[in-house]
Amino acid sequence: MAEMMYWQAILRAHDEELARDPLVFAMGEDIGVAGGTYKATSGLYAKYGADRVIDTPISENSYTGLGIGAAMLGCRPIVEIMSVNFAWLAMDQLMNNAAKIHYMSGGKIRCPFVLRVPGGTAHQLGAQHSARMEKVFMGVSGLRVVTPATPRDAYGLLKSAVRCDDPVVLIEHESMYNLKGEVPDEEFFTPLEGVEICRTGKDLSIFAYNISVHWALQAADQLAKEGIDAEVIDLRALKPLDRDGIAASVRKTHRAIIVEEDEAPVGVGSEVIAILNEEAFFALDAAPVRVHARDVPIPYNRRLEKAAIPNAEEVVAAARKLLGR
Amino acid sequence: MEASDQRRLLREMLFARRFEERCAQAYQEREIGGFLHLYPGQEACAIGVLEKARKGQDYVVTGYRDHIHAIQCGVDPRAVMAELFGKETGTSRGRGGSMHIFDIDRHFMGGYALVGGPFPLAIGFAKAIQLRGGDEIAICFLGDGANNQGTFHETMNMASLWNLPVLFVCENNLYGIGTAIERASSEINQYLRVAPYKIAASQVDGQDLDVVMAAAETAIQYVRGERKPYFLELMTYRLRGHSMSDSGAYRSKEEVERWAQRDPIGIYKRRLIDASVIDEAGFRSMDEEILQDIEDNIIRYARESAEPRVEDLERYVYVEGGPKPWLK
Repeated sequence: MAEMMYWQAILRAHDEELARDPLVFAMGEDIGVAGGTYKATSGLYAKYGADRVIDTPISENSYTGLGIGAAMLGCRPIVEIMSVNFAWLAMDQLMNNAAKIHYMSGGKIRCPFVLRVPGGTAHQLGAQHSARMEKVFMGVSGLRVVTPATPRDAYGLLKSAVRCDDPVVLIEHESMYNLKGEVPDEEFFTPLEGVEICRTGKDLSIFAYNISVHWALQAADQLAKEGIDAEVIDLRALKPLDRDGIAASVRKTHRAIIVEEDEAPVGVGSEVIAILNEEAFFALDAAPVRVHARDVPIPYNRRLEKAAIPNAEEVVAAARKLLGR
Repeated sequence: MEASDQRRLLREMLFARRFEERCAQAYQEREIGGFLHLYPGQEACAIGVLEKARKGQDYVVTGYRDHIHAIQCGVDPRAVMAELFGKETGTSRGRGGSMHIFDIDRHFMGGYALVGGPFPLAIGFAKAIQLRGGDEIAICFLGDGANNQGTFHETMNMASLWNLPVLFVCENNLYGIGTAIERASSEINQYLRVAPYKIAASQVDGQDLDVVMAAAETAIQYVRGERKPYFLELMTYRLRGHSMSDSGAYRSKEEVERWAQRDPIGIYKRRLIDASVIDEAGFRSMDEEILQDIEDNIIRYARESAEPRVEDLERYVYVEGGPKPWLK
């Protein structure tokens, strides 16, 4: 088992899939000659050539559509959009075509298309480079949405996404590309469905995904010192969400916190609470709590930016309150 | 061209006309729902171009006025009509409707409702062909209105940049929904709009089947041989409304009547009569046979087919039994 960075894990998955299947290709802005904004495709242009590691013009909607069209003919494109904010430009192709083609063709045309996007707030990038858009993707029938919190899953989810016959949106994080973690040496695949229990506990369940998993784990360490035994669940697959996995944890702990980097309205937190209402209402000892970003476009100023986004301390505070401590 | 082929082509255009007119009737009788965009007036475009393509091999995509393109690719007209009737035997099992006919077996890659949406898909098909190394081409039929979308420019740029084997057929019917082309496009001649992208292009009469076929032959040979894009503009006119809910307020009766004089079926029929390939009586009996076929085989099939089951509502959101490598 080797330790590697998040970007290296993504690179490894690309490399293995490109080597395995000549119909796999990667495309996006600056991914080829320049090696990718986060190095996640570095070296692949030299190895696989310009036809399979494609530098695109800045035309998000149409190169996304190109990938979708190629997928409909059996290719396995891995399309990168440099920042999730730019994915708004690709919504027509993604939502009207990728998400719907299989259904509206009565199941006769498949669209094994992968979109990789870094999302989230990083370091003072301003409102138009700090979006968190999982709520948008996970609200639409036909897409799969997954978010790796670790290098291990950054590798394993991309591997699974490339093999999947459905369109998959893979949301990475701008601040996590240099995150280190253990990745097994042998090939493996992370499930595109189901939750991952990162830490077992009995007093409350903390649901998180992507970067908020790390806040939740830090909070759980702090809470342990205070005698509170928190379970941390990485939702990981946001579409479809694992209703059974979410309910099972709360049936054990009877309390729930949802931590999301995004602002609260119409988000992962509201969806998890709806699932708890529907599946585990009578198992709850207290109303579930959301820890989330403030409802503002992300500001540039460092102090304001930090104040807009949740952190581990807020999770700890929410847990204490939930347990009446 | 053989006389039998000329008669077949005339028959295909007449069939297209009668098929669409029968759809209009079924729509008024509420056997067809939703939006319905019909093709009368433009028959020489799809039929002329696809006559010169490899039907069932080249990959074809279009917008929402898609019935005839599908049928010309070899899609069973009964399955098209069944789709319009929303039946399980339809091309998309009744999940698509008029604007979303698909037939992967015939390489008919679909009709799409978003104007300009198929442009990028078409270069995606061409990219897939390029990677697989075949000599098929992609053919993208869209109207003049689509050329005002960003996807037009983005797609032309990439098609040219990467030498993608795709034929763009612009069926210029002079209106984008209900807005005249001169009120929506700063350049009326659509074929000129691809010049900055260094794409070979031409503009011809879309009402004359022979002219369309000659232009399509040149264009398709170019795309197939050179492995480069081509843009073919066909000047045409739709004789009916944009959809069934068209007020017609944006154009004059005189204009429609003037174009009716250039009906592609009328032009081709006259040419074949002058060449003694067919006579009036032969044309009438051809028409009667078509009407009979539509009624007895196509409408009947659509009407008698079963509806999809409500229990199957959530099927086809995801691929059933798709690979799950993590379970191994």
